[in-house]
Amino acid sequence: MWEKIKDFASTFFVTGDPLIYGADVSIVLTMAAIVFVLTKYKKWGWLWREWLTTVDHKKIGIMYLIASLLMLFRGGVDALLMRLQLAFPNVEFLHSEHYNAIFTTHGTIMILFMAMPMMFALFNIVVPLQIGARDVAYPFLNAVSFWMFLFGAMLFNLSFVIGGSPDSGWLAYPPLSELSHSPGVGQNFYIWGIQISGIGSLATGINFLVTILKMRAPGMKLMKMPLFTWSVLSSCITIIFAFPILTVTLALLYIDRFLGAHFFTMDGGGNPMMYVNLIWMWGHPEVYIVVLPAFGIFSEIVATFAKKTIFGYKSMVFAMISISVLSFFTWVHHFFTMGAGADVNAFFAITTMAIAIPTGAKVFNWLFTMYRGRVSFEQPMLWTIAFIPCFLVGGATGVMLAVAPADYQYHNSYFLIAHFHQVLIGGVVFGYLAGIYYWWPKMFGFKLDERLGKWGFWLWNIGFYVCFMPQYALGFMGMTRRLYTYGWDMGWAPLNLISTVGAFLMGAGFVFQVWQILYSIKHGERDTTGDPWNGRTLEWSIPSPAPLYNFAVVPEVKGADDWWLTKQERANGTAKAEKAQLEPIHMPKNSGIPFVMSACWFVAGFGFVFGWVWMAVVGMIGVALTMWARSFEYDTDYYIPVDEVRRTEASFGRGISCNKS
Amino acid sequence: MQQVMTHHGDSHDHGHDHGHEDHENLKVLGFWIFLVTDCILFGTLFATYVVLMHNVAGGPTAKELFEMPGVIAETFILLTSSFTSGLATLAMHKGNTKQLIGWLVVTALLGLGFIGLEINEFVHLVAEGATISTSAFLSAFYTLVGTHGLHVSVGLFWMLALMIQLARRGITPVTRRKVTNLSLYWHFLDVVWIFLLTVVYLLGVM
Repeated sequence: MWEKIKDFASTFFVTGDPLIYGADVSIVLTMAAIVFVLTKYKKWGWLWREWLTTVDHKKIGIMYLIASLLMLFRGGVDALLMRLQLAFPNVEFLHSEHYNAIFTTHGTIMILFMAMPMMFALFNIVVPLQIGARDVAYPFLNAVSFWMFLFGAMLFNLSFVIGGSPDSGWLAYPPLSELSHSPGVGQNFYIWGIQISGIGSLATGINFLVTILKMRAPGMKLMKMPLFTWSVLSSCITIIFAFPILTVTLALLYIDRFLGAHFFTMDGGGNPMMYVNLIWMWGHPEVYIVVLPAFGIFSEIVATFAKKTIFGYKSMVFAMISISVLSFFTWVHHFFTMGAGADVNAFFAITTMAIAIPTGAKVFNWLFTMYRGRVSFEQPMLWTIAFIPCFLVGGATGVMLAVAPADYQYHNSYFLIAHFHQVLIGGVVFGYLAGIYYWWPKMFGFKLDERLGKWGFWLWNIGFYVCFMPQYALGFMGMTRRLYTYGWDMGWAPLNLISTVGAFLMGAGFVFQVWQILYSIKHGERDTTGDPWNGRTLEWSIPSPAPLYNFAVVPEVKGADDWWLTKQERANGTAKAEKAQLEPIHMPKNSGIPFVMSACWFVAGFGFVFGWVWMAVVGMIGVALTMWARSFEYDTDYYIPVDEVRRTEASFGRGISCNKS
Repeated sequence: MQQVMTHHGDSHDHGHDHGHEDHENLKVLGFWIFLVTDCILFGTLFATYVVLMHNVAGGPTAKELFEMPGVIAETFILLTSSFTSGLATLAMHKGNTKQLIGWLVVTALLGLGFIGLEINEFVHLVAEGATISTSAFLSAFYTLVGTHGLHVSVGLFWMLALMIQLARRGITPVTRRKVTNLSLYWHFLDVVWIFLLTVVYLLGVM
């Protein structure tokens, strides 16, 4: 019996690596600390009522933000481990399998569990406020999306200490990811972690599409929407078309592994290329899904900090829509070298390069907006300006990669690694950081400290170039991706060492940002006006942080940059007297079902990972029962009475006394 | 649908009492978009099937396996159930709860019949040695047809919940929206089946 248990434990838990024992200890300590603090300060009830059951889009956004920052940390640590291993030739720090697991989890986490939730954080916090809505279209579904993302991410992260991490790359190409080559459970963690959170992402796509289409304040025609909202709309359309493909692809891979099917196997008539096509039909649009909202953020920030209307509004909208359409016609450029033939490669080379055109138009529009504007260089604007040269280089190297014949040289080399980090860090991470700095006062009611922020900014930026510029050269020198060690004779050592130094500089930048947040909680400049940047769009017309119902009175929108127009009218004295009336506000009730349902998904996922059918069945029954329970819930809304709205507004110093209804 | 699509930006008035009904229309629109995603899901499975349908790897081919009488019966049953779900919606518009539940019961029974026949077909195929792991063709076949069957089963589960709610509450804006969505879903599955019949079975035996 004892032997059996020991046997089970040694396969169930990952053993034999000091890094992992360290992780075990830190996980246990963190959990214990959380439980201790919650119990000591009697905060369990608060946690459940205020956060775990919330359907308030602003709180859900904050939870997305926290989760994504934690994942940025984890993905960042993975990156530093890899760079340590590659700093010198013949380093014996990580074994090859461990290295494979780390680059796999780094990629997966950064795209799916860092970039996606950071994007959803901004969707949730900003979109309803920007369109003058009190909520998203489906608040309950919104909570389901968040919890499915979180439990999916946790399931994926668990693989680090239980069962073993996936190690066949962030897109899990067969046959590497097939049972024959990855017999452990790591690949199952990958499949189910992404599958569960992916369903949540798909639901978010539908939710925000409907929110934007149907819940805009009166007068806000589509062409009067703020550009961030437009970028979310185009991103959501892309999500709706791309994510079902991911769902199917992962399901097919699991069916191969679990039921012995032959979709992608090398025998039985399976076709691994089918997988590669499918995963990139999702994967390439995915890149645009995460970068489009960043474009929207830059548009808002440039207009606000240059104090000018954005240049070329219509062309910005057109560019985003064309990017989201074109993104579906580029997937083959990820495998130009796999023998598709000259005609096919030429088609996808041209469509890929075509995307540079709308993107270039956007960059020029931002530059023209800044031209002759009174630009102020606060943190959001700094990151926006840093983005432009970074994305320029990234875009140019992208076009180099898009030249199919030349790609035979760059394919799977460090040139590629440098390129996609340049567009994804320069575009997505810089963009979302800019967005977080910009909307932070709206989320929490205070600004983040400028001085620490500038340290973070410069460390990130210098670190970025120091880290990735050498990698372009390394690519040309023949260093391929995914290799875990190399000899002195290759001549790659100096550039690799420089690259590693750069990675640690970025890590230091992140440390400064964490310090900045902690410092600013106490010392950050409080935002009492609700409009700390002299903003242009509706979210700045309400107090910071926004009250539960967002808008006491739903605004009538006159144009894009509506709040800016209102402020001008007030300054000119041409503002019409507001004859708004307070009315009871219709709100959704909190619910514990999204949390419980997602926990059941987690149980089911865990069962599927280990092939424990009984556990999967129990989990799925739980999912079905919670859905059933929700279907029978009819009392899901309530009204906030006028008095309470008036009291809340008064506490923000905003009396609406003249409008007694 | 007309109603859903036309009143643009109208739903801002949560504060009013008719705000509630607007929310129900909003949910119908969301369901249409969900069906778009489901279309893509099936589209991907169809694409996979078409790519792999000739990769029989020495196993049985479609021509050898498929028995059309059963398939034709399944088709008639599912088409009829789509019709009866339409009748259920008509009954709802007339405000006749009993008739509505009645037609839903008929629809559910037909759906159950369809699932029964499909299970029967699968059991027969497996008994002949044609399993999901026999060849890529059969992997794709079971997955595509099985996913449709799974959708129908989920629909039945949902229909059951809805029948209980209708019996308890009658026709309200909320149950009306639910019936509307359910019948959209059911018709959608019918359309998918037509494609399945064509691409999988008719092309298979030709």
